[in-house]
Amino acid sequence: MDDLLRKLAPISNEAWEAIDDEAKKHLTVSLGGRRIVDFKGPLGWQASAVDLGRAHPVEGQPEPGVSAALREVQPLVELRAPFELSRQVLANIARGCRDPELEPVRRAARAIALAEDRAIFHGYPAAGITGLFEASASNALTLTRDYQKYPLVVSEALARLHENGVGGGYAIALGPDCFKGLTGTATSGGYPVFEHVQRLIAGPVFWAPGVQGALVASLRGGDFELTVGRDLSIGYEEHSSATVRLYLQESVTFRVLSPEAAVPLVYR
Amino acid sequence: MAQSSTTLHESNLTPEVVDRHRAIVSLMEELEAVDWYDQRVQAATNEELRAVLAHNRDEEKEHAAMTLEWLRRNDAGWAEHLATYLNSEGPITEVEETTKAAGAGAEAVASAAPRDGSLGIGSLKGK
Repeated sequence: MDDLLRKLAPISNEAWEAIDDEAKKHLTVSLGGRRIVDFKGPLGWQASAVDLGRAHPVEGQPEPGVSAALREVQPLVELRAPFELSRQVLANIARGCRDPELEPVRRAARAIALAEDRAIFHGYPAAGITGLFEASASNALTLTRDYQKYPLVVSEALARLHENGVGGGYAIALGPDCFKGLTGTATSGGYPVFEHVQRLIAGPVFWAPGVQGALVASLRGGDFELTVGRDLSIGYEEHSSATVRLYLQESVTFRVLSPEAAVPLVYR
Repeated sequence: MAQSSTTLHESNLTPEVVDRHRAIVSLMEELEAVDWYDQRVQAATNEELRAVLAHNRDEEKEHAAMTLEWLRRNDAGWAEHLATYLNSEGPITEVEETTKAAGAGAEAVASAAPRDGSLGIGSLKGK
């Protein structure tokens, strides 16, 4: 599949390597959802939908004595984040420049990671995606801005998972407010609350910029499925004498298979 | 007849090269057997014998595939070319060019990048 057209870009091997590395660095930090969901794929750019294993009857009969049922699928959504780089910067990379101005790559990486994470955690109705917060809303617990009480809420979330018959290990995705609040707070005895939460979870405790609040989830597998057609890739769009226009792209969808395996923590 | 694995054209060869020679000769023998059985299957007049010969022919295909897999695991050149051509789609004569283009746009980058041209992020579960 050559629709990324990378070889048509006026970019040296060294510059491609620098661009890819910069994108990867930021994506692996910013993609929170992928730390807790199952990853299915990449199925390729030709993949268009996930089979749901369901069908609904079609009204009327196509022929007397014949009924019809339509199979249900969930389409993949194409996410694309364009960015533009100066050809001067790319030329400098070929010259051996070690601190090139690649902020546009970082911005695009953050943007597409945020789009994927928001779809996973909070849904993307236009793309037919129900997020974890909505799917698991009946398990939700309330947070306050009093971060000293945070470990109690996390304990309650873990208890809820156990009550639901959901085994571990476990992880917690912390939205920016929760991450900041937790890392900046100590118990009255001076013990960092963040470390307290880490001990309770005994698994990944991570920053997830696409999350509003936080989410405690099981890592046992089989509960949340991210289906990827094309995994995050960088393609070439066009260039002028001064700039090269590229894009970050993926095709993806997300399904919650076991809502009981996640506990959203929602600010009051 | 394929040459036996004891027939080497050079001396002072490393054990790795001799083993690869053995595998290559074995592969030739298996493929030759497939060819012979294939012809006999068509020529045989007894239906039951045809079935037995067809079964034997397909067994030889399995042996050939196993030997080829050994070669793939023990020879980077085989591994590279098999990765390019096996399970590919479209005209076979265009596969190499398509594969290279679909990579990172330049051979040096493509060799380090996943075959689908992506950044290779994949799953981060539990990390």
